[in-house]
Amino acid sequence: MARLPPLAPDVTPGVAPVVAAAPALRDIAWVFLSIGMQSFGGGMTAWIRRDVVQRRGWMSEQTFVGGLALAQITPGANGVNLAVFVGTTLRGRLGALAALSGMLLVPVIAVLALGAAFTHVRDVPGVESAMAGLGAAAIGMNVANGLRMTRRGIRKPWAAVLMLAIVAAVGIAGVSLLLALAVAIPLALWLAGRAEGVGS
Amino acid sequence: MTLILWRLAGLFLMLSLLAVGSGNAVIPEMQRTVVRDFHWMTDRDFLDLFAISRAAPGPGSLIVALVGQKAGGLLGAAVATVSMFGPSCLLIHFAASLWHRYRDSAWRERAERALAPVAIGLIFASALALVHGTEHGFAAYALTAAATLVLALTEWHPLWVMAAGAGAGWLLGL
Repeated sequence: MARLPPLAPDVTPGVAPVVAAAPALRDIAWVFLSIGMQSFGGGMTAWIRRDVVQRRGWMSEQTFVGGLALAQITPGANGVNLAVFVGTTLRGRLGALAALSGMLLVPVIAVLALGAAFTHVRDVPGVESAMAGLGAAAIGMNVANGLRMTRRGIRKPWAAVLMLAIVAAVGIAGVSLLLALAVAIPLALWLAGRAEGVGS
Repeated sequence: MTLILWRLAGLFLMLSLLAVGSGNAVIPEMQRTVVRDFHWMTDRDFLDLFAISRAAPGPGSLIVALVGQKAGGLLGAAVATVSMFGPSCLLIHFAASLWHRYRDSAWRERAERALAPVAIGLIFASALALVHGTEHGFAAYALTAAATLVLALTEWHPLWVMAAGAGAGWLLGL
């Protein structure tokens, strides 16, 4: 087990201060290995934020949320993309490899093992109910993570309005993601630029 | 056998770059291709694999490892996984490198402030979509709300909350 620098204690709310030195490759691999093992029911981006921003201070909230946006915009699973973003930002190509392989190692083995055992597990009573409960809790983890990010990510009225518009369009009205992004990103850049111009 | 591996590689290399938003975006296309075009499995089989990929930790798009395993054994699983994650990971790696190079520039700062509400809005939107997709009843809504409150307001370890959710789901017969 790799030895890691001390954590921000779990009892302190808020966010660890950002550390200056880039973490060692084995620390990156270990942290993403533990994320990969724990992220049942989805919510990988929430797990990554918890470890990388909140507990270890490997990057600022602002850098993280920017990376989250890139991970969402580019094709591929958001959690996997975000792992590659974090690894790349911290330690370049090798950091990306450490984060990616660390995060996928256990889930790949687990999914293949579960696949082999599935015909026996499928009909055990209660398994489906437990999975549904876990899924409901995992959705809550995503929402909680979103709420935490609003503290630093949403500071101006235009940002709050834009965020709510995206929730309504994509989450409620079912507007396609590509269309929503094509409208929202230019609009957001314009609004951010305008706010800057007014401020200076 | 070699033909199966080539087909796995071709299918998932293509789907990798089509999965905009999340891996879920290409599930219907994947199902159509592996069931109707290649006859590797039935629809029922595919739904089973989908359920397994949700039960395991990690990204749901690991369903490709199961599809690969079903079609071509362990080698098939390896080919499918590398093909599905390779192109999208390379793309985000190059994007992140470029992004990092401009870490001190004013435009990146502005882009980050612009993208934050988009990114956070999409997190809430996907939670809403999941709630619709899983036919949340009252009990499931209550579970989601309780987990949200606990994880937003306390620093409890999320695994305990997930375990409590699974236990509650089992007790309530969700």
